[in-house]
Amino acid sequence: MKTPIQFQLNGEDVAAFAESGANLLDVLREAVGDLSVKGGCWQGTCGTCTVLVEGVPRVSCVTLAETCAGKSIETAAGLRRGADLHPLQAAFMERFAAQCGYCTPGMLMAAKALLDRNPNPTRENVVDAICGNICRCTGYEPIIQAVLDAARADDRRRA
Amino acid sequence: MLEFRKDIFADERDDNLKEIGQPTQRQDMLGHVTGTSPYYDDHRFANLLHLKILRSPHAHARIRSIDDAAAARAPGVKRIIRAADVPVNLNTLLSLIQFGKDDEPSLASDFVRYRGEPILGIVATSERAALEAMALVRVSYDQLPAVFDVEEALKPGAPSVNATYPKNTFEYYGKYDHQKLRFGDVEEAFKQADVVMEERYQMSPIEHAPTETNGSIAVPDTNGRFIVYTSTQALFFSLDTSAKINAVPSNQLHFIGGTVGGGFGGKVDTMTEPLSILAARLTGAPVRYRFSRHEEMQFGSPRGAERIYIKDGATKDGRIVARKVRAYFDSGAYTRLSSYAVVKCVAHVPGPYTIPNVCADVFCVFTNRTPATAMRGFGVTALDFAIECQMDKLAVAVGMDPLEFRLLNAYRDGDMKAHRREAKNCALIECAQVAAEKANWPLREEFRRMSSRAGGGPGRTGASADRARAPAPVAAPRVAAAAPQRVTYDRAPTAAPSPVASPPPPRSAPPPPAPTPAGSTHGAPRFSSVFGTRRR
Repeated sequence: MKTPIQFQLNGEDVAAFAESGANLLDVLREAVGDLSVKGGCWQGTCGTCTVLVEGVPRVSCVTLAETCAGKSIETAAGLRRGADLHPLQAAFMERFAAQCGYCTPGMLMAAKALLDRNPNPTRENVVDAICGNICRCTGYEPIIQAVLDAARADDRRRA
Repeated sequence: MLEFRKDIFADERDDNLKEIGQPTQRQDMLGHVTGTSPYYDDHRFANLLHLKILRSPHAHARIRSIDDAAAARAPGVKRIIRAADVPVNLNTLLSLIQFGKDDEPSLASDFVRYRGEPILGIVATSERAALEAMALVRVSYDQLPAVFDVEEALKPGAPSVNATYPKNTFEYYGKYDHQKLRFGDVEEAFKQADVVMEERYQMSPIEHAPTETNGSIAVPDTNGRFIVYTSTQALFFSLDTSAKINAVPSNQLHFIGGTVGGGFGGKVDTMTEPLSILAARLTGAPVRYRFSRHEEMQFGSPRGAERIYIKDGATKDGRIVARKVRAYFDSGAYTRLSSYAVVKCVAHVPGPYTIPNVCADVFCVFTNRTPATAMRGFGVTALDFAIECQMDKLAVAVGMDPLEFRLLNAYRDGDMKAHRREAKNCALIECAQVAAEKANWPLREEFRRMSSRAGGGPGRTGASADRARAPAPVAAPRVAAAAPQRVTYDRAPTAAPSPVASPPPPRSAPPPPAPTPAGSTHGAPRFSSVFGTRRR
């Protein structure tokens, strides 16, 4: 039994048919085709599949897709500002804040949720924001630095 | 963030390179930060089928019967894959380089030898349909005694784990049950040592836990071949292994990979491709075989556990004169890469230190545990842990600073290693000196002036390689220690001069023995500025 679901994905209206009980991760990847969202544990523990629902980070693998009907969802695929990279993406590149890259989309979204509500985070704020995201290549320090760099870059643009 | 210390070994390098020594952007970084890097599971196919594997709940059992009739009739099930469907159902990864005998089935038919061993494949229209069908399979087992400890496995009467290696040891060169190293005469050297220390070290298996689990998708191509998207770290190893198991020429397989969501050694085993290809061949449809996180953690091969006994002999002046190692590598139920890890381990027994008398016996042992494999320096990493713990303890026993103790014993260029390779391009001393400087760890003057060059430092004869090419004399270090440049170690640790207080050596000061390497005509002497340009 499939159920129609509509929501906003990175600012665009999308509609999909979802298996009853399907999680948001599978609907985004399989039904909508947004492959920037990665599955890591499928049990809500590793943070790899993090997306923003109404601006709040959610592990999409244990988020029931039907609960997202009518809501606004953001993924790493929507981070770019046209041809330009989001300051977080630029900072991650500059700081070598990705190794295998598999945790990166989720890490970026967790960081974006932080910067959206707190443009001038402390190091502790950053650590707290990404504490649910596992980077198995152990690159946390460059990631923290990249998020702080991105905050400063955004600051400069506003100034 | 990065600091390039080009002052070290400056005379050995023509520093006119364009890329080396320069920061550069990785070619895959843009894909990573935009979420567009193509991992194996980011390819989409209509009518994709899903393969799930029924696994053994027992560590050791005989399979009496398998009843999959109900599963075959379950909704969505396209095909059951049994052991008899696998064209070549016995393999070992390193058979591709003629190392070891085929010992591991893709699907077990008669015995299961570890908890999680694959028994049956179910191909269905969704993972869920495959799992629901799996619940309908009935397997009847006779449980057998299992062995989980490497030394227990070698005792007479221990359960025989692996039919190919009934004595529970891997076979080296077709006849030896372990890998052996003999260099000098350890027993004689122990008699002359002032301190003899024997310790036991036990490692645990470690799961790589890559964020992307192992998996692959096999897709029938338009020309009868198969395209395989895979998470493997070893694309051509996996291709050839899959060709062997499926009994097809390797040119029938087109492997696409290289974008790996974390591997660390855990994706070299060709865990999924042979069966996803077989499933695609048997169904004519694209098939994905993806490990769940539970499968990755419980059944994906881990770093092997090692048990290591080290006996060291040292003299009061801080030279290690003998090392004897007996170690057991837990390969689990089958050979993946532990057999090769043992070879690496044996070559590394002295660590980065010059020891004139070395003896090692290292066993690759089969137990009823998950087969172990490669992980980041496997074979060497565990031994290094044991060696460096041992070095700290020995330093205390001979009353030396642990870092100075290491510097004294470190390889110099030209030293002969225990496995008869000459030490070349050594740099441990320089690395340790810079690390000590950064950490404000006090090193005495003569240790700050030591070098990795041949004979680089007090207490060194510089003739180790020549010495070792001849039968290694037991008392060589004592001869060296008796030389006039002998250093004494009677200071109290608190009396150590801090590196800040001691004046740096003149920039042009050569290292004490001042060897001039042949052919080094350009640049400054190697040690001209290591401590002269320290940043504060």
